This record gives sequence, C-alpha cells and structure tokens, in this order.
Amino acid sequence: MHVARLFWVGWLFHLKSLLLSTFFLLISVLQPVIFASIAFFMWRTGSREGTLLDIALGAGLMGMWSSTLFGSGGAIQWQRWQGTLEILVAAPPRFLLTMLPLTLATATNGLYAIVATLFWGRVLFGVPLEFEQPLLFLLALPVTVLGLGLLGLVMASTFVLYRSASAFSNLLEYPVWLVTGLLVPVSLLPGWAEPLSWVLAPTWGVRAIRDAAHGTGDPLFAIGMCLLLAAVYLAIGTFTMANFERLARTRATLSLT
Amino acid sequence: MSAAVRVFFVGGLFSYRALFNWISPVMYVTTMLGSPLFQILFFTFLGRQNGGEGDAFYVVGNGVQVSAMAGIYGMTMTIANERQFGTLSPLLATPANRLALFLGRALPVIVNGLVVSAFGFLVGLTLLDFSLALADVPALVTVVVVTVASCTALGMLLGSIGLRARDVFFVSNLVYFLMLLVCGVNIPVDDLPGWLEAIGRSVPLTHGIEAAREVAGGAALADVSGLLWRELAIGGVYASLAFVLFRFFEVESRRRASLETY
Repeated sequence: MHVARLFWVGWLFHLKSLLLSTFFLLISVLQPVIFASIAFFMWRTGSREGTLLDIALGAGLMGMWSSTLFGSGGAIQWQRWQGTLEILVAAPPRFLLTMLPLTLATATNGLYAIVATLFWGRVLFGVPLEFEQPLLFLLALPVTVLGLGLLGLVMASTFVLYRSASAFSNLLEYPVWLVTGLLVPVSLLPGWAEPLSWVLAPTWGVRAIRDAAHGTGDPLFAIGMCLLLAAVYLAIGTFTMANFERLARTRATLSLT
Repeated sequence: MSAAVRVFFVGGLFSYRALFNWISPVMYVTTMLGSPLFQILFFTFLGRQNGGEGDAFYVVGNGVQVSAMAGIYGMTMTIANERQFGTLSPLLATPANRLALFLGRALPVIVNGLVVSAFGFLVGLTLLDFSLALADVPALVTVVVVTVASCTALGMLLGSIGLRARDVFFVSNLVYFLMLLVCGVNIPVDDLPGWLEAIGRSVPLTHGIEAAREVAGGAALADVSGLLWRELAIGGVYASLAFVLFRFFEVESRRRASLETY
C-alpha cells in the first residue's frame, strides 16, 4: 500500500511538473508535429506507398521517445543542479521507487505527442483515424509507455553515476528514431541495425500500435515483446540503480555538477 | 590594437569559451558532431523511404542546416547567458564599444558552424550516396560561410530577445525545428503551401541551401550570386534588427532597473 501510494503520488507529481515545462511542451507536442509535417510533405512529394496514419503514429512515438530520453536523463541532472538529488537518495524508500514514477511519467507525457500528431494529421492532412482493433490499440499505448518508461529507468541509473552522461541525451534521439523503425523501416538500414532494434522497446511499441490500428500482423505478439523487454529493463534498472547509487555515494560524486 | 578591435576578438573568444563552460570533448562531440551526424542519416533514410529527391538533396540540405545549430543556439546562448549567469550588469557597465562587443561574439560561432557543416558534408561523402567534385569545394565553402553568417544573425536576434524574454531557449529550439520544415532542408520550398513558402523565403538558410544544392550540382559561384546576395541581405537585416533590439533592451533595462530580473 505504501509503495503503491509512493508510486502514484510520485507519478502524478512528476507528470504535473512535466506538463508545466515549456521545454517538454516543445519536445512532446511541437517537435513531433513539426516532424510529422515534414514526413507528410516528404511523403506527398515522393512516390512511396503507405499510409499517413503510420506517419502520424510514428511521429507521435518519436515525441514519446524524446520525452523519455530528455526527461529521464535530464531529471537526474536537474535534481542535481537543484540540490534535491541527495535528499531523494537519503529518503527512506529505495531510490528505485523514487525514480521509477519519474521515468514512467516522462513516457506518459509522450502520450501528448501521439494525440498531437493524430489531431494535427486529421485537421491539416485529412488522415483517416480508423482503428481496426481499437481495444488492442488502447492496450498497446500503456504497454508502450511502460516499455519506454522502464528503458528510461535504465538510462537514468547511468546518470546517477556519470555526470557527463547527459551529453549522450542529445546523441540518442535520432539514432533510436531511426533504428526502431518509427518512420523509416528497419529493413532499409544496414543489416546490423535489425538485431539492435529488437532490444529497444519503441520497436515493439510502434509495431503493436500500428498492427492494432491496421488490423494486420500480430499486435499481441508485439505487446508481449514490449512487456518482456519492460521486465528485462526493470531487472537491469534495479541492479544498476542500486549499484550506481552506492558507487556515487562511495566516490562522493552524487551532488557534483 | 585599438580597444574596439580587442573587444571584438578577445571579447568574442572569451565569450565563446564561457559559452562552452560546460564543454568537454565528449560534450562537444556528442552535441555538435554526433547529433548532426544522425540528423543527416535520419532524413536521408526518410527520403529514401519516401522515394524522394535522392541522397544529395538531403545531404546538402541538412549539411548546411546543421550549421544553424551553432548559429542559432550558440549565438542565443552567448548573449542570453550573460543575463542568466549574472554577468550582464558588469558587461554593460563597461565603456566597451557595443558593436564590437556584439559582433565579436558572432565570429567564433560562425567558425564553429563551418566546422559542423564541413563534418556534415563529410558524413554524406563517406556514409551516403553523395559526391562532390573537388573543383566545387571553394564555391561551396563560400556559400556555407554566407549561410552560417546569416543564420548567426538570426541567432543574434534571438539572443537580443533573450535580454528581455523569460524563456528564449524555447523560442530558439522552436526556430531550429521550424527551419527543418520551412527552409527547404528536406522538402523543396516550392512544394510547401504558399504561406509556409513565404515564411521560408524570408528567413536565413533557404536561399543558402538552394545555392549550395546548385553549386554541389556543378554550378559556378556566379550562377548562384543572386541567391547568395539575397541570403546575405536577409542576414544583414536580421543582424541590424538584432543590434537595434540589443541597444533598445539595454537602455530600457537600465531605465527600468530590470537588467537581470526574470
């Protein structure tokens, strides 16, 4: 009960904080809409077969990844700058239980991106919002949030130990967009990219969402893969968060900016 | 060395070093080189997926546009950070020549933009289906220099706004992303709706990219001189506006005693 309350209050608090941030408004609403527009225009000028709904959903997932990436990574750095990281680490609950609601809130914030790109696509480009399997579509969304949020937990744990890890936030945005097939099929990329895509939750998240929307493929399999990866990320995150926290205390680097 | 020239060069260099107070080689490589690398790859593969214009179109468009990362963000931060870090009051209390102070900050940013852009083209040459004749390189460098300078002028304007605005980085981020849409980076400007095309043609970068594409395709510098002059003129207008705003906000902030308030 105590853990559930901690989780709920933490998630709600961080989600409200993110919603008040103009930076997160930018990366979870405006940036995906701009990228969706670019993709829409490129699709129109090109000769590709495909659907505009795929573009809207892919761009939405891009926003969700950006929110998770900058939120989960940046959150540790911001706590550090504001001097609250030590307080969180010293609090009685395990640090993991404090950070998990935060990383999940950053992924949840990304749902705005999907809503924004679908709305934008519908209003400006006439994207038909017809979902073949609406229930599976609605199931795929929170599962994707869970997968990305727990991937964010793994990333956040590295930020506890390595102060310079924030430099990699900027670096990881485009590669993950590319390698997870959000707008560009993985089959277009070099062969080594495909195995890499299998271990990244956005790959399965976008596949589940698209399959459910079109009624093709096997959305349940993709949802299952997303859940499996979420469990793996949780195991890794639990291990790394505990160890990195201990190492940061030992080296007395926790509050160094 | 006269005081103004010293402020221009030494002040600009100090400011640039202060801008990168957070810099380490890792930070520079990931932000200024890593991000452009993947941006170019992303849009080129997206172009391939859509059966669009061919790799060269996206390599040149993005290769020039990534220089705006230095011009827009760098210049915005160079000016606006003075306020954020509390160094604006002492800076403006000096009798330093304001024009030298202002323009000196642009020079290192322009050089940085050139480095980023050169790296972008190198990415295209080594990783993608893009080739460039050696004879076209000097003309391309000229085009990129003009474009980077023009983008830096837009960055100056945003930086000047940062002397008053609470969150100018929101605006500079938005401007950077919008440039990807309206400046013909990934979509031919003619294919955009009329109002977006009009916006694109009134901001830096658009004409520079058009010129760069022609030069990369074998055109001589003289063939694109019209585009280059337009790019330069747009940059000049933005730089002038930026300086006027800078002076206006300086005077106004002194009058209202609001120099470092948020």
